[in-house]
Amino acid sequence: MKEGTTPVIEARHLTKHFPVRSGLFSRPTGFVSAVDDISFGIDTGRTLGVVGESGCGKTTTAKLVLKLEEPTGGELLFEGKNLQTHDVEEVRLYRRSVQAVFQDPYASLNPRMRISAIITEPLITNERTTSAQANDRVEHLLDVVGLPRRSASLFPHEFSGGQRQRIAIARSLALSPKLLVLDEPVSALDVSIRAQILNLLRDLQIQLGLSYLFIAHDLAAVAHMSHTIAVMYLGKIVEVGEANTVAKEPKHPYTQALFSAALPSHPDDHREGIVLAGEVPSPLNPPAGCRFHPRCAFAMPRCSTEIPALQLVEGREVACHLFPTQ
Amino acid sequence: MKLLEVDGLSTHYISAGGTRVTRAVDKVSFSLDARGTLGVVGESGSGKTTLALSLLRLLPPAARIVGGAIRFEGDDLLAKSDVEMRRIRGKRMAMILQDPMASLNPLFTVGDQVAETLRAHEHVTRRNAWTKARDLLAAVRIAAPAQRVREFPHQLSGGMRQRIVGAIAISCEPRLLIADEPTTSLDVTIQAQYLSLLRDLQREHGLALIFITHNLGIVAKMCDSVVVMYAGRLVESGPVRQIFNSPAHPYTKALIESIPRLGDSTVRLTAIDGQPPDPSALPSGCAFHPRCPKAMERCRIEAPPNVEVGKSQMTACWLWAP
Repeated sequence: MKEGTTPVIEARHLTKHFPVRSGLFSRPTGFVSAVDDISFGIDTGRTLGVVGESGCGKTTTAKLVLKLEEPTGGELLFEGKNLQTHDVEEVRLYRRSVQAVFQDPYASLNPRMRISAIITEPLITNERTTSAQANDRVEHLLDVVGLPRRSASLFPHEFSGGQRQRIAIARSLALSPKLLVLDEPVSALDVSIRAQILNLLRDLQIQLGLSYLFIAHDLAAVAHMSHTIAVMYLGKIVEVGEANTVAKEPKHPYTQALFSAALPSHPDDHREGIVLAGEVPSPLNPPAGCRFHPRCAFAMPRCSTEIPALQLVEGREVACHLFPTQ
Repeated sequence: MKLLEVDGLSTHYISAGGTRVTRAVDKVSFSLDARGTLGVVGESGSGKTTLALSLLRLLPPAARIVGGAIRFEGDDLLAKSDVEMRRIRGKRMAMILQDPMASLNPLFTVGDQVAETLRAHEHVTRRNAWTKARDLLAAVRIAAPAQRVREFPHQLSGGMRQRIVGAIAISCEPRLLIADEPTTSLDVTIQAQYLSLLRDLQREHGLALIFITHNLGIVAKMCDSVVVMYAGRLVESGPVRQIFNSPAHPYTKALIESIPRLGDSTVRLTAIDGQPPDPSALPSGCAFHPRCPKAMERCRIEAPPNVEVGKSQMTACWLWAP
């Protein structure tokens, strides 16, 4: 975040707990802390990449930003204004400004709707548009995502995976949003198609000044697309900073292990292999103190009792007791 | 002698009326040394899984091996009867599939399933098979094997299930292990664990490995040689380092350049235009020509021959044809 500018979206101490119910009266017997006290901001025209393994809370973060889930704690600010204080009209405006592209373009497009109907649906539900205006908009959006205009009258099954993802992107742009939430936008696509979609997303960001929340498990793709990377582990941000800084010189032991586990792009590209033992513990009973300490090679007695706070270490923020507090 | 030699293998899918023929694998040749590691790379529809299933002769009823030869440890696999093949599968060559939940039976314990393969191929008592199953779980680095052996697949995590599948695959000490997208459903750190486990098993048991994958990263990390497939045909093959350094075929080159590199976000990715062709309606000539930046008139008409372009590097491209 740059000083003095208001980020498009800002999260402050955002927390989401899901109750776990069991027994006869489905009493809550515990909580899964899916997202625990995370803070971030995304400026206009920038990308925040979120990486982490399954269960780290990246999809819950996306759902909170999309207002598909309500936070149990903390706050979300849209252009500087707290979402909780939004009135109905402002919430409607927020929903228009924040759109999503999901992983599987085979599941996210209704097979019984023509492409024109798929793309105009957000327009019809959100604004008064004449059919002529809607048609113009569809043609314009198809041009923007690089599909032929005649696609408008076809059905989703007539398109390949990459083309479908272009349609999903066109739909997400229909309401001229400010922020796109991209949840694994290329992982369902063929390798030769991924670069097409990543390039398209980059071009659109520059042309339209969009902000992205980019979530993926492909570390190289996230590093390629993002200005800032946040690394999550069991609902907490363990490291956050400028993308190349985090990717090239990770500081947190988890980030180091994660990036060393990324597959090389060349046989001579040997990273020092840190193979993490064990698996991500259940978020139902996260370990006390630093949540990573049971798998950490550098764990100290302090790590199992005290939760480390994010602090500035060589140009990025790290939550780890290895780095003494200034 | 090579462990595995595949020569001009063609596997076609024939529709019910016999009217439509899909050339899923078309005249593919390659070989693999004992203890070697081969990567077969391709996108969906490139025929890589059909190729793997052809090696094991586990094809669906609509598929036919219509030509070529598969020689494994000197035996001609295409001449074997179904009974003889059953003795080879699981014993001399084994396979790991992509989704461990789908390849394990949810109604049987892990021990039963590991012991089943042992009992099918070796004369062991039930008790000994169970003891061996427990040792195998320890061999694939599962903690508390004595307890896990009595558990059901749903009680295990994805990474552990894939280890169990690995334990079944190595139970009869095969010479060749075929892994079809073995880590696609796993997280990055679990993927790294699994790949290093496979490498250790390969070293300890003298296995040869074939990785069927869409991921060039796995090839770069694990394999000595690679076969690149496109639309059922082999477009390039050779030693991994040589192919990454000097890919001959425009498809291989584009594929390597299209992967983002860690810590290098400034360069624009080289995208391959268009999309992979429908395997039942392939373009004429070289199937890659509609997407190829270097396509010539000839590419549209005639399929390219296999040309040797370097030391044990082959490509099927008119750019290299004499």
